[in-house]
Amino acid sequence: MTCCGQPEVTATSRHYVDRLFDPDPQKVLQGVIDMKNAVIGNNKQKANLIVLGAVPRLLYLLQQSSSSDMLRTECAVVLGSLAMGTENNIKSLVDCHIIPALLQGLLSPNVSFIEACLRCLRTVFISPVTPVQLLYSDLTVIPHFICLLSQSLHTQEYITQIFSHCCKTPDHQTVLFNHGAIQNIAPLLNSSSPKVRMQALKCFSVLAYENTQVSMTLVNVLVDGEPLTQVFVRMMQRDKPIEMQLTAAKCLTYMCRAGAIRTDDSSIVLKTLPCLVRMCSKDRLLEERVEGAETLAFLVEPDVDLQRIASVTDHLLAMLADYFKYPSSVSTIADIKRVSWAEITEHLIYAPSRLNNKSFSVQLDHDLKHAHELRQAAFRLYASLGSNDEDIRKKITETENMMDRIVSGLSESSIKVRLAAVRCLHSLSRSVQQLRTSFHDHAVWKPLMKLLQNAPDEVLIMASSTLCNLLLEFSPSKEPILESGVIELLCSLTQSDSPALRVNGIWALMNMAFQADQKVKMEIVRSLGTDHLFRLLSDPDPNVLMKTLGLLRNLLSTRPHIDQLMGSHGKQIMQAVTLILEGEHSIEVKDQTLCILANIADGNTAKELIMTNDDMLQKIKYYMGHSHVKLQLAATFCISNLIWNEEDGSQERQDKLREMGFVDILHKLSQATDPNLCDRAKTAMQQYLA
Amino acid sequence: MRKLLSSELQFPHITANRPYSRCCPRMSHYCWFFQSLTLSLCKKLNTQNPKNMAELGAGSPLLGDPALNYQEHELNERLKRLYPAVNEEETPLPRSWSPKDKYSYIGLSQNNLRVHYKGHGKNHKDAASVRATHPIPAACGIYYFEVKIVSKGRDGYMGIGLSAQGVNMNRLPGWDKHSYGYHGDDGHSFCSSGTGQPYGPTFTTGDVIGCCVNLINNTCFYTKNGHSLGVAFTDLPPNLYPTVGLQTPGEIVDANFGQQPFVFDIEDYMSEWRAKIHSMIARFPIGERLGEWQAVLQNMVSSYLVHHGYCATATAFARATETIIQEDPNSIKNRQRIQKLVLAGRVGEAIDATQQLYPGLLEHNPNLLFMLKCRQFVEMVNGTDSEVRCFSVRSPKSQDSYPGSPSPSPRHGANNPHLHSTGADSPTCSNGVTPPNKTKTHSKYPSISSASSSSSSSPSSVNYSESNSTDSTKSQPHSGTSNQETSDSEMEIEAEHYSNGVAENSSSRIMNGTYKHQEILQVDDNSLGNGVAVESCASKQFCGGNQAATERMIQFGRELQALNEQLCRQYGKNTMHKKMLQDAFSLLAYSDPWDCPMGQQLDPMQRESICSALNSAILESQNLPKQPPLMLALGQATECVQLMARVRSGSCSFARVDNFLH
Repeated sequence: MTCCGQPEVTATSRHYVDRLFDPDPQKVLQGVIDMKNAVIGNNKQKANLIVLGAVPRLLYLLQQSSSSDMLRTECAVVLGSLAMGTENNIKSLVDCHIIPALLQGLLSPNVSFIEACLRCLRTVFISPVTPVQLLYSDLTVIPHFICLLSQSLHTQEYITQIFSHCCKTPDHQTVLFNHGAIQNIAPLLNSSSPKVRMQALKCFSVLAYENTQVSMTLVNVLVDGEPLTQVFVRMMQRDKPIEMQLTAAKCLTYMCRAGAIRTDDSSIVLKTLPCLVRMCSKDRLLEERVEGAETLAFLVEPDVDLQRIASVTDHLLAMLADYFKYPSSVSTIADIKRVSWAEITEHLIYAPSRLNNKSFSVQLDHDLKHAHELRQAAFRLYASLGSNDEDIRKKITETENMMDRIVSGLSESSIKVRLAAVRCLHSLSRSVQQLRTSFHDHAVWKPLMKLLQNAPDEVLIMASSTLCNLLLEFSPSKEPILESGVIELLCSLTQSDSPALRVNGIWALMNMAFQADQKVKMEIVRSLGTDHLFRLLSDPDPNVLMKTLGLLRNLLSTRPHIDQLMGSHGKQIMQAVTLILEGEHSIEVKDQTLCILANIADGNTAKELIMTNDDMLQKIKYYMGHSHVKLQLAATFCISNLIWNEEDGSQERQDKLREMGFVDILHKLSQATDPNLCDRAKTAMQQYLA
Repeated sequence: MRKLLSSELQFPHITANRPYSRCCPRMSHYCWFFQSLTLSLCKKLNTQNPKNMAELGAGSPLLGDPALNYQEHELNERLKRLYPAVNEEETPLPRSWSPKDKYSYIGLSQNNLRVHYKGHGKNHKDAASVRATHPIPAACGIYYFEVKIVSKGRDGYMGIGLSAQGVNMNRLPGWDKHSYGYHGDDGHSFCSSGTGQPYGPTFTTGDVIGCCVNLINNTCFYTKNGHSLGVAFTDLPPNLYPTVGLQTPGEIVDANFGQQPFVFDIEDYMSEWRAKIHSMIARFPIGERLGEWQAVLQNMVSSYLVHHGYCATATAFARATETIIQEDPNSIKNRQRIQKLVLAGRVGEAIDATQQLYPGLLEHNPNLLFMLKCRQFVEMVNGTDSEVRCFSVRSPKSQDSYPGSPSPSPRHGANNPHLHSTGADSPTCSNGVTPPNKTKTHSKYPSISSASSSSSSSPSSVNYSESNSTDSTKSQPHSGTSNQETSDSEMEIEAEHYSNGVAENSSSRIMNGTYKHQEILQVDDNSLGNGVAVESCASKQFCGGNQAATERMIQFGRELQALNEQLCRQYGKNTMHKKMLQDAFSLLAYSDPWDCPMGQQLDPMQRESICSALNSAILESQNLPKQPPLMLALGQATECVQLMARVRSGSCSFARVDNFLH
């Protein structure tokens, strides 16, 4: 857009604006109509008129009660046309408070005026630059919209379209739900107008998304005597438009995830799932493939049976591999054709002179975005599919270049792709076999470590979870990861504000400490700092507590390690143990703590920390008589370690404990019904007999 | 079909406020359809190996066997619904395993649907297969069968698939050339090779495995328990048989060729392909020739209207589309008048009018004249011909013993295989006839498209045209009236106003299409009355029960006999004439000819064929086509689709002409 043409254009534009101020209402009307014809499809003209202040005047005319219905309607039409332009136009319109004015207009009794207002509102609201909240700020708006649904096919189309674009949060869902959106929109699914049917369907997909209340209501809704789920199933028939099939599948997916439909219901297993798999096929448009894969990932995520079925349906795993082949030379050309056809036609209609290379650079951005979207969707679906079943994981890793793709996905520029790739890696890392083979072969730990250096929390959470698995004892990646200085990093994670990150950090440390050598253990304790370690033992998140105890237990394995650690930090550890045993904690936590105690009792010198602590011995005694077998077992283990024969000073310990009445308890426990406990008690008793 | 054309005939109602252009794009689809069909057919024909044509299996499907049990009935129903384009006379569908086409280690039971292994099963040399009784016809478009694993036996070495005739049966499907299989033990697919490719999951006892052959793109996919496993084979050859193979003792499988509902929703899959093919036809590119198409379509509609003598409609259409009608409007009206006379049963007058308006026509067509005269005789028996009617003493209203009066409108033989070859009798007229048992007819012949329509003399074709006419009457709305009854009573009133008929002459009544129905009742002296509602229960008598009329009839019969003898002398013996004469005369042998084996002749519907023959003859004499191009195109399209089936183009299944004639 150059400056030279500007003055002339402005002059003609000014003429249009001037006519809006004519004292003769008839001439004003004609002026508005002429303006309408001048702006259609002419973005430049639209921008000019906005700059020249046409909007406030149009809004004034639209709001004046003295204006004729015809004039008001034409004003709304022109405003709607202005809104059809660029995002900047929309911003200007919103800044001029067009929304309240148009909403006010909806109170008119004139249907064609209402339709024009709604059409304009629709255009404004579906734009990403319009704040959605504007729809909800006036509480009377939604109920009025619902009332207007009965007016005409057009009001139905525009209102449902506004709803489907403006329902973005659980609060929005609740507002719409409370005003009876479901009952009022459901009949529109059988509307004679395909547009209305489609928009109504979209409304249901946004209403039901992660919303149990809506989903539970939907299963009981009847449309012309037919259950809504059946209507959705009908809309997924293969001869229906793709958009309709996909949206109906989304509705059923969301209802299923919300627990309103069972995962083994035939509408899910035989209809929704195959429909979504079809959406992933090469024949579909890129957007459809992305949405199809994402929705399918969401559907199968919690259910291993659905994962198994999906993994064998229509070669889905191989089909997803194609998602990485975009943009290939062929598809780029094909899609340029497809998209630019629409653009070119638009240009031909609206502004033939502006058809230039610009649209093609836009096209390339568009391509790149699609490539990202496709890859992340594929990773997410792979992640869901492989989250439970070992066979599926194996098949996924055997898919062509899969590991290479994940590795390169981990370092992509798009956060979305990185996140999805690490999710996929995490899912696959649950496989012992893959950890031992492909993970090691492809050195996935390297990009993973890099990813952990500097990433947003959500990526960090997935990456650290994956790291936990890579640090498992049997993982060949454990060694190189250790050498890359991971301990510092993990320790910093344990100081995060996010409980999930704290858990993962400490979990990874726990895995790392399992059967580790002295050096590593000391390194962990040193890096973590004992103060912080004990702070973690009072963490509000029970998972953090559990894993920290697990870490302690792993640190306190083998005798020399126990003695060394207890020698340096014995006092604090005993304190922490006491605190936990006295506190209100779950059985698991107490069990873990007693196991730590049992490990301490296994040390040579560490034993004395318990033996000299009568309070602790009383606690052990208490837990030996606890109602929970697990705790009894752990406590008995502890005693058994203390009285173990072939160790120095065992005789004194045995005597002391006998005095304290432990033998009687052991005797009682040797008659316990639980065979493990019984055995353990008998073994302990034998120490006395020997 | 019916609806399309009758709705096209509604033009006159809408001329005033509805532009024609709205109808034309719709029509244009059909023409693209013809074009694309023809093109794809030509392509097929060029590439097809002619040798294959001879291999079509001859079979005898058990259609019409009175001893059909319930399962067979359901099987037939399902097969008919799934594969409507298959002509089982030519290409029977597989319905069971073949007891002849199997290896000796295979045992069959349960109507040849259950297969069990009875060999030693030591190694792969003991493998055994069985083929279905018939190959899969290409006209299926998409073919599907399922196999349930009753028992996996010792090792579960089972293969399900397809093979051509002659492939070794001592093998599992997939191991040899022209043999394809999916094996249960490893889930691999075998494409004419001893080594399989990883394909799907394994399958075992309790699983239902389906095999779908897509004859449009020649691929095959399997299903397991209702889930599609994706394409297994591409580039399949034609004429494959459903095949299963077993290899170890205890293996038992049951086939479902349609006897039971399928686990997989095959109809949904078919609907996708139907939609694909339909959209392909609808989007058939016509490039630069858009204008030409428009003109062609307008011509087709116009010539169709002219052919059947819808003079006012044709004029209105020509005016709106700015086209020119080839034929003189008066000539159209003349033909229309003659047709109306024939359809009203007043054949004598029709002959007179023809002789007067087209001198020499009937002299040059002695066969036609003879047919007309025979019909005239029948109408005399009926009491409708004017030669006997003038003796009548009864009121005009009750005189016509026929329910409703036919008005000329073509019968569209979209599924008449002989349509274009037997040109003259195909566009018979049935429009406007209101059978008294209207609703009953509907329930009796619910499926118009499936009714067989071989030749016009067979009883089935009468049923066919009857149901047709029911439809057309229904779909021809009457302006200002909502149902038949009201319009009837209105007609009586109208009759007073238009005592001398020929409504279309009146310039104020350009809506003759609407009133076609009534107009016919108003011809000339109004004596026809209408009797639509009154009818059929009134007792009928020879020649309306009039003695003088009966004598005239007998005299006419003698004249007819003489004419026949004269024709025999002139042109030699004509068995068709002899038969016609015999049939007509035999009516006299019964006391109630309406209720006798030959009574069919008296049905007003029978006037239609002779009416269109006469119309065609007149047109031919004027050097105009004896058949409207629209009907020719339809006939050609129908024939093309059938030809597609024969040259194994699977898409014919979803490109059926009646799919497009709503």
